[in-house]
Amino acid sequence: MKARTFRRHVKESFKSLVRNSWMTLASISSVTVTLLLVGVFFVIMMNLNSVATSIEEDVEIRVHIDVAANQQDKDSLEQEIKGMSAIGSIQYSPKEEELNSLIDSFGDEGEAFKLVEQENPLKDVFIVKTKNPADTMKAAKEIEQLNYVSSVKYGQGTVESLFKFIDISRNVGLILIIGLLFTAMFLISNTIKITIMARRREIEIMRLVGATNSFIRWPFFLEGLWLGILGAIIPIAAVSAAYYYLFDLVQSKLADNNFIKLLEFNPFVYQLSAILILMGAAIGIWGSLMSVRKFLKV
Amino acid sequence: MIEMKDVYKKYPNGVTAANGINVHIGAGEFVYVVGPSGAGKSTFIKMMYREERATTGTITVNGINLSTLKNRQVPIFRRNIGVVFQDFKLLNSVSVYDNVAFAMEVIEEQPSAIRKRVLETLDLVGLKHKARMLPTELSGGEQQRVSIARSIVNSPKVVIADEPTGNLDPETSWGIMKIFEEINLRGTTIVMATHNKDIVNGIKHRVIAVESGKITRDQQKGEYGYEG
Repeated sequence: MKARTFRRHVKESFKSLVRNSWMTLASISSVTVTLLLVGVFFVIMMNLNSVATSIEEDVEIRVHIDVAANQQDKDSLEQEIKGMSAIGSIQYSPKEEELNSLIDSFGDEGEAFKLVEQENPLKDVFIVKTKNPADTMKAAKEIEQLNYVSSVKYGQGTVESLFKFIDISRNVGLILIIGLLFTAMFLISNTIKITIMARRREIEIMRLVGATNSFIRWPFFLEGLWLGILGAIIPIAAVSAAYYYLFDLVQSKLADNNFIKLLEFNPFVYQLSAILILMGAAIGIWGSLMSVRKFLKV
Repeated sequence: MIEMKDVYKKYPNGVTAANGINVHIGAGEFVYVVGPSGAGKSTFIKMMYREERATTGTITVNGINLSTLKNRQVPIFRRNIGVVFQDFKLLNSVSVYDNVAFAMEVIEEQPSAIRKRVLETLDLVGLKHKARMLPTELSGGEQQRVSIARSIVNSPKVVIADEPTGNLDPETSWGIMKIFEEINLRGTTIVMATHNKDIVNGIKHRVIAVESGKITRDQQKGEYGYEG
């Protein structure tokens, strides 16, 4: 395509936005509403996901070593666990350390345990993490079978249902977002269809005088692009501002908790903005091209 | 120039609009297509610029076989054909000049060539002085002249007109016919479907009568042949 023709298409697309100002407004509004919903959903989803991931990462397998095991047995056990494909890291914690951290965890009341320091009833422990948290259950079962393993603890029961919950919420969120996007596309394609009905004549004439289909499509393609981008502005501004305040609020209220941590404003909001712009553009272009399509059939 | 061989056209709703048409129209001819409403005139004409496809049979226009022409090649084919309608089909939101220039812009002509040719063509139809006006500010006859200007601006070999005087009063119709005559004198083939008895009988040309999807009469310097 010649540069002159491209300039013509750009000019035409802007002219048509102005000429059909009410329909432009209607299309932009439907993009805006949709992207606002998608944006809010996205913020919730991504944060839920990050909390879930950090919980998942805290899941560890505690391998209690049989008291009968000597140093050599422990070494060979460590090698065996390391040899498993799913294992990410392994750390040795002798029983003295275990007792200390137990005493620490009780705070002042922990003093009572000082008495048992001489006769430490705890066992030496390997703390094992899998590369993928989802493999925890399987790895734990395998380790349990090894020699000199007295018992394996990884929060049986709790972990399984937690992982299940995280899985379901991720899928539900994804389905909701996809559903929203489809609704938006049909909404916009209908809105644009109305503007195109009014421009049927223009398309008809273009075809009569020998305009190629791509020549006819270009201005509509660009128009859809502008509608999508314009429709993304308000959602981006609103979601960014809201997130800015929410982030501040959560950080100040829950400053010293490690459990719920929102994603940092930068880069999350910038990534979100880019996604919303791209989605807006995609929805706009798709809607526009879909509605022009039926008039181009020869 | 235009050749139809055993052309049949059956619409999906069962209506047969062309029932074995054989015709040859040579370069530079002026042909009237007459016949009652619903007899297949429009289909006959639409098949010539590939708005409708023949169900069977071959149609050749400007040496191009329309039955094997791919959809994406249709725009290129149309550039050598001018089409004029009863309802003008102008863009009412842009000027007379832009309406005519539009036909050259879509085929990506040089701006300087567009300017020269559009003004020339508007001069030919006698509307150069109204180039900046909107179609809605013109009379019906003037609007039809804009539409004719648009159809010939790319110098097509054939101009196809479907009832071009259908919406115009007799006096204005004669003015339009004068322009078609002028275009024809310059060597352009003209095929015109019409109901206008006075024109067909007044300016003698070949007449093709279409009834029930068949050519029932084809005579040089013919008569309209119907009442009213």
